[in-house]
Amino acid sequence: MHEMSIAMSIVDAVDAKARAEGAVRISLIELKIGKLAGILPEALRFCFSAAATGSLAGQAQLVIDEPDGRGRCSDCGHEFSVDFYYARCPECGSLRIVIVSGEEFLIQSIIIDEEGE
Amino acid sequence: MCDTCGCSTEGEAVLRMPGKTGGHIHMDLKSHSHEHASGDHPHDHNHDHPGSRKVLLEQDVLQQNNLLAERNRGFFEARNIFALNFLSSPGSGKTSLLEALIPALQASTPVAVIEGDQQTTNDADRIHALGVPVIQINTGSGCHLDAMMVNRAIRELPLPDGTLLCIENVGNLVCPAMFDLGEALKVVIISVTEGDDKPLKYPNMFHESDVCILNKTDLLPYVEFDALKCRQNAMQVNHHLQWFEVSAKTGAGMAPLQEWIEHKLKDH
Ligand SMILES: Nc1nc2c(ncn2[C@@H]2O[C@H](COP(=O)(O)OP(=O)(O)OP(=O)(O)O)[C@@H](O)[C@H]2O)c(=O)[nH]1
Ligand SMILES: [Zn+2]
Ligand SMILES: [Zn+2]
Ligand SMILES: [Zn+2]
Repeated sequence: MHEMSIAMSIVDAVDAKARAEGAVRISLIELKIGKLAGILPEALRFCFSAAATGSLAGQAQLVIDEPDGRGRCSDCGHEFSVDFYYARCPECGSLRIVIVSGEEFLIQSIIIDEEGE
Repeated sequence: MCDTCGCSTEGEAVLRMPGKTGGHIHMDLKSHSHEHASGDHPHDHNHDHPGSRKVLLEQDVLQQNNLLAERNRGFFEARNIFALNFLSSPGSGKTSLLEALIPALQASTPVAVIEGDQQTTNDADRIHALGVPVIQINTGSGCHLDAMMVNRAIRELPLPDGTLLCIENVGNLVCPAMFDLGEALKVVIISVTEGDDKPLKYPNMFHESDVCILNKTDLLPYVEFDALKCRQNAMQVNHHLQWFEVSAKTGAGMAPLQEWIEHKLKDH
């Protein structure tokens, strides 16, 4: 279950950032995890609450944006949606497809509280 | 619990070196010390702005790992070390393959091995028997090696200039592919007892790898496995994949693989 160590990386990163910003708690974390990134958002949510215990993100809400996979044909330039790393271009049949989105794996932003209570 | 010293290491990684008694190191890899900053500064309550605000990070989730991987890569470059990261599902023959390759390569190049496993030192003991430096990383509950573990391991290993460093990752086709260790190339191993659709079921692994080795080809007459189809499936996921078919057991196909590695060692 790599989602656990990924949840821990996220907690470490946001906790450090929030502390540097003088926060007392993180109320929300925005992630962008493309559908081709190899992460199950549900599993990540499940692990996250355990990983975040005792950190500033202990009560944080997770908002996960999941961009769809999109590929561009290197032969004819056609862009189309993909749900896998390989695909055949629906226009010209080429297999030389470059993934243009869906592999994102980012911590985008956090909302922090700066005051107690 | 650590089976060497009995201390509590739930989920923590441990380094061990075969042949060195008592030498095991606990790695506190997860810097999960969330203790609150000692209250040496009073909270400056600024009531002009609302108590909560948005802070942009826009950073890769694996940024910490990736930065460390780059440090490992820099270390390897400085010393002309060629590092290969071997990935596969459990039991496809990573250790057997190393046992077949190392005696041949050792004659011309220093070789060192990092063994990743959840619990035992069995693999490291097998490599130790070949007479090359080896260190075992027990990941405990972790199902993959990360750049920090490798960073710690390379500080303990003798690594002369020009070493071929083989890193045997934990047997698992999913997560090890996500973690850059600083290696030059990723090598995925699949065996003929696994099903020729593996590359389609675990596309990330095959997509991320540079080389694919089909092992246990001596068993082809006894199993239903279409090697050509497997190769085509792998190539669909990654058309840059270098493909080898071998038997670590009989040595069939090992010569081209060995030559390829020697060639890469020269020009990397
Ligand atoms: N027939 C046959 N058996 C092999 C071959 N290579 C490995 N094996 C056997 O497969 C089993 C697993 O081999 P290992 O080398 O331990 O596999 P591994 O990938 O290192 O295993 P883990 O580290 O546990 O993931 C052993 O029983 C080996 O003897 C081969 O080419 N042919
Ligand atoms: Zn994992
Ligand atoms: Zn096209
Ligand atoms: Zn092994």
